[in-house]
Amino acid sequence: MALYSDKVMDHFQNPRNVGKMDDADGVGEVGNAKCGDIMKMYIKVKDGIITDVKFNTFGCGSAIATSSMATELIKGKKVEDALELSNKAVVEALDGLPAHKIHCSVLAEEAVAAAVKDYYDRNGIAYDPELFSKKLHDCESCAE
Amino acid sequence: MFVYADNAATTCVSKTALDAMMPYLTEQYGNPSSLYAFAQNSKEALENARKTVADIIGAQPKEIYFTSGGSEADNQAIVSMAKVGALKGKKHLISTRFEHHAVLHTLKKLEKEGFEVTLLDVHEDGVVRLEDLEAAVREDTALVTIMFANNEIGTVQPIKEIGEFCRARKIPFHTDAVQAAGHMPINVQEMNIDLLSMSGHKFHAPKGVGVLYAKTGMPLFNIIEGGAQERGKRAGTENIPGIVALAAALKESVDNMEANTAKIIPMRDKLFAELSKIPHSKINGSLEHHVPGTVNMCFEGIEGESLLLLLDAKGVCASSGSACTSGSLDPSHVLLSLGLPHEVAHGSLRLSIGEYNTMEEIDHIIKVVPEVVSYLRDISPVWEELENGTKKHLI
Repeated sequence: MALYSDKVMDHFQNPRNVGKMDDADGVGEVGNAKCGDIMKMYIKVKDGIITDVKFNTFGCGSAIATSSMATELIKGKKVEDALELSNKAVVEALDGLPAHKIHCSVLAEEAVAAAVKDYYDRNGIAYDPELFSKKLHDCESCAE
Repeated sequence: MFVYADNAATTCVSKTALDAMMPYLTEQYGNPSSLYAFAQNSKEALENARKTVADIIGAQPKEIYFTSGGSEADNQAIVSMAKVGALKGKKHLISTRFEHHAVLHTLKKLEKEGFEVTLLDVHEDGVVRLEDLEAAVREDTALVTIMFANNEIGTVQPIKEIGEFCRARKIPFHTDAVQAAGHMPINVQEMNIDLLSMSGHKFHAPKGVGVLYAKTGMPLFNIIEGGAQERGKRAGTENIPGIVALAAALKESVDNMEANTAKIIPMRDKLFAELSKIPHSKINGSLEHHVPGTVNMCFEGIEGESLLLLLDAKGVCASSGSACTSGSLDPSHVLLSLGLPHEVAHGSLRLSIGEYNTMEEIDHIIKVVPEVVSYLRDISPVWEELENGTKKHLI
């Protein structure tokens, strides 16, 4: 029995939208190297639509696969719709993850939120801080 | 190309071991406890195997107990010595920070039962210092248990000196020799070892069979209660095919040890030499005191599980001490015990080779590991920060 679904393996071995973006409109980085995974997400926004996404990830196979899937799920979407992306949607799109890897999908959701927040901050777009306070916090298990 | 480079995890069953065990699966299947002549063949095979193992490690046959494997042997040795110690009011146990979990978790359990445990530092090179042991020993020390060779990094401990030290103080000394048996010379008399564990499947016997050596005078308490097998110390009908195979495989490994080592060392050294060319890599553990086949390295800026999966896709079976492969948030306790930072320990790779590997296979590993490391670094935000100077390289 394989550890991961075919979809996870496909996104891990052939990640979509992998790379950096020099002229990004928003950049978000979440995770902690101490815990073993960091995701960095870049978004390009035009007329409220995410026209391009890139990511870089340090982490296990599922961390790379969930980042890749998250970029696919938000590309072409409205910025506010990207914020609606849940980790559950990422897991489902990947045909499931082992229980102890679910946190990777949470990290992917958080990386998208962090990139959007950065975009809002850079452009002076007002938002309800509550929107991010739940999603973006220091990983408790990594806290020194 | 398919390359099995995880021989510290398990090995294939050798032809010799398989041939030896086959008759006891199909023809000579009698229960050694039965009276009739047919079953006595099994009894004879059992006692021959016991003698073979005893002769190889310099023990007497009655000091050899067959178990289900290394973990059971470790459990029984440690729990027995703790119980004996407690009867004399001795409730202090000494071990090291980088033991196998079969030892560490047994000690943890005893700690909850009121024992005190001191875990010795293994320093940056993964080798215990005698002076640290000397400083840790107390009047009430009931047992010293220190592994022969570490399973992750392959470093070998000064077993003979530790044994001598313990013998002089009449403290029982146990060693988990799971990674050493069949790969390095072991003599329990010369090395002053009171109790020793080994596991068949690490030297080409099947899984599910191991040995506990307990010197005469070392009282054992049962982990498994029941019939009077193994001199009443380990109940359950003996795994005759496994035991016969274990003895055959151990003998074969020891008979060929010199030739095997001569074959393995150049392969291992080539791996070390070539993989060390990868920038910001590090060899873990002393190379001076080392089992022949184990290579453990860290590559900065990447994570071990993704490294293993990509190596798997290129036909290489290896292992890692990253958190993701251990199923916890922390990377391997062995690597952390060497003082490696978490973020470096996450990027570890263990390759363990044996006499069945070939130089062509080593060349394949040398080709694919740098490719995979380089690919993962390209997509790693940690590597980006290390390279642009935002973060300092740690190795």
